[in-house]
Amino acid sequence: MASEMVLSKRLKNPGGAWFDAYVADGGYAAAKKVLTAMTPAQVIDEINKANLRGLGGAGFPTGKKWSFIPKDSPKPKYLVVNADEGEPGTFKDRYLLERDPHALIEGMLIAAYSIGCHKAYVYIRGEYIEPYRRFVRAIEEARKKGWIGEAVQGKWDWEVTVHRGAGAYICGEETALLSSLEGGKGFPRLKPPFPAISGLFASPTIVNNVETLCCVPPIIRNGAEWFAKIGTPKQGGTRLFSLSGHVEKPGLYEAPVSVTLRQLIEQQGGGVRGGKKLKAVVPGGISAKILTAAEIDVAMDFDSLTAAGTMAGSAGVIVMDESTCMVKALLTAAKFFAHESCGQCSPCREGPGRLYKIIQRVAAGQGRRQDLDVLLAVAGNMEGKTICVFADAAAWPIQSYIRKFRSEFEHHVETGTCELGHAYAHH
Amino acid sequence: MFDSKQFEKDAAEIMARYDQKKAATLPLLHLVQEKIGYIPPEGEQWVSEKVGVAIVHIREVVSFYTMFRTKAIGKHHIQVCTNLPCVLRGAEQVMAYLKERLGIDAGQTTPDGKFTLSSVECLCACEIAPMCQVNDRYIGPLDRAAVDKLLQDCV
Ligand SMILES: Cc1cc2nc3c(=O)[nH]c(=O)nc-3n(C[C@H](O)[C@H](O)[C@H](O)COP(=O)(O)O)c2cc1C
Ligand code: SF4
Ligand code: FES
Repeated sequence: MASEMVLSKRLKNPGGAWFDAYVADGGYAAAKKVLTAMTPAQVIDEINKANLRGLGGAGFPTGKKWSFIPKDSPKPKYLVVNADEGEPGTFKDRYLLERDPHALIEGMLIAAYSIGCHKAYVYIRGEYIEPYRRFVRAIEEARKKGWIGEAVQGKWDWEVTVHRGAGAYICGEETALLSSLEGGKGFPRLKPPFPAISGLFASPTIVNNVETLCCVPPIIRNGAEWFAKIGTPKQGGTRLFSLSGHVEKPGLYEAPVSVTLRQLIEQQGGGVRGGKKLKAVVPGGISAKILTAAEIDVAMDFDSLTAAGTMAGSAGVIVMDESTCMVKALLTAAKFFAHESCGQCSPCREGPGRLYKIIQRVAAGQGRRQDLDVLLAVAGNMEGKTICVFADAAAWPIQSYIRKFRSEFEHHVETGTCELGHAYAHH
Repeated sequence: MFDSKQFEKDAAEIMARYDQKKAATLPLLHLVQEKIGYIPPEGEQWVSEKVGVAIVHIREVVSFYTMFRTKAIGKHHIQVCTNLPCVLRGAEQVMAYLKERLGIDAGQTTPDGKFTLSSVECLCACEIAPMCQVNDRYIGPLDRAAVDKLLQDCV
């Protein structure tokens, strides 16, 4: 496995973030090759062959997305980097911004050239102050060394603006991110039109995640076949898995996308904390449907997790041991969704708040008989009816926790107590 | 006390980075908040003039984002993450202990103006759960001893 690491070798070395160290590790060779010896179409072809999928959560094939940019449009084309990491349980982009900023810059340059873009924006979540400072420092280095600005490698003009968010989870959704970048509230927009046709300032725009773009230079350097072979037939490469919750060693671990959830928890994570028994795992950030301990022999690529009824999402793996109260876990998830809805669509403006109130009641031992069915009904009414999939994502934890751990919820409703002895604390 | 002169140079630099004026709204609001500690009505007015957008829209933007505030807060802003991965590793106990030590609830500021305590959603540092943000810094994992130390470092 160790020979197949794409991103984490440099992450382990916090002193290796800056320009000279990056170049010593072979940095900017891929951008040089692209700018001096490849056409945009050849680059896109290579990314397609590598089976690189969008690692922000949706898994859309990256090369295919780039090819959607209309070539004949007279408008400027934009590249927007989604560094608004906010999915609970995920912290990979923070590591990349802090410890390998030049990998992102090089990936951006290759992407910009491939889509005909001369201006890129990087949208970094507002709370990431240290990552922002480090990334800006790398941008300044790259500019000084001639990798940003006019006639890079005698070939390409491009500029980069680093932008800070201001605290709103929904801005991670790509169209909300564009609304926010334009100076407004972070309101998602109906698709179509997709950003590739009409995105930032109503111009053709590619939005890519930090990790997605960081995979681009190694693909060019080592070849598409190399990257494709690390993964499954439909998804190349590795992912940076964020392991949190009840594992011995929470942290960021890179593994081929075909790694199983069991391997991640038992090998990388050092197993369940304190030798306790596993109870449940959320495999792809808090929005993903929960899996029981019996369901962890699943591969972590996009298609396998979809087939298992959940999703790979942001690769944030949240582990829960036998001492976890599922009512309380769901309460915490519901609090999040109630807080983060942007409020544009009525099912999503009302639904998450209502769900949260009912679960609060159940957790406090005042649940009513019909509450579980009401929860499922309200969640069901939030699916497939809104501008963005936030409302669906808010429904998934409700549905999956209650369906898979129904007896625990019933016990709370019927007895007003928690079998595991958890008390409910109000935040 | 709001004197726009202190911002003009930074503002010009910020605005030059954007293809459209309005896109400078968030960075200009950040600028005001950085210098003054919060965004007063005069700050909203100034940003509104800079970016050419009606002040009601600027107000809406300010209230949409959790990081923008319209009132002064304590010198040390302790934001405790209370999302699931942190809760699984003891965020509630950390929050309870901070409330006890500071004698305030989440959302409040100590009478001496030194500390503001907030409960926030995932700060995406769940590997150091339970954790908090104190002004610019992420701190974790937290237990009682780490909270004691954090408070002492602030004094
Ligand atoms: C509610 C919601 C939140 C999202 N948050 C993020 C995020 O924090 N970071 C991210 O890269 N993508 C996030 N996405 C996915 C983006 O909409 C988009 O698919 C992605 O940035 C595209 O880049 P990629 O193809 O490189 O993955 C989110 C989507 C939704 C619906
Ligand atoms: S689904 Fe929710 S978050 Fe998405 S646009 Fe509608 S109200 Fe906003
Ligand atoms: S849950 Fe606290 S940092 Fe993610």
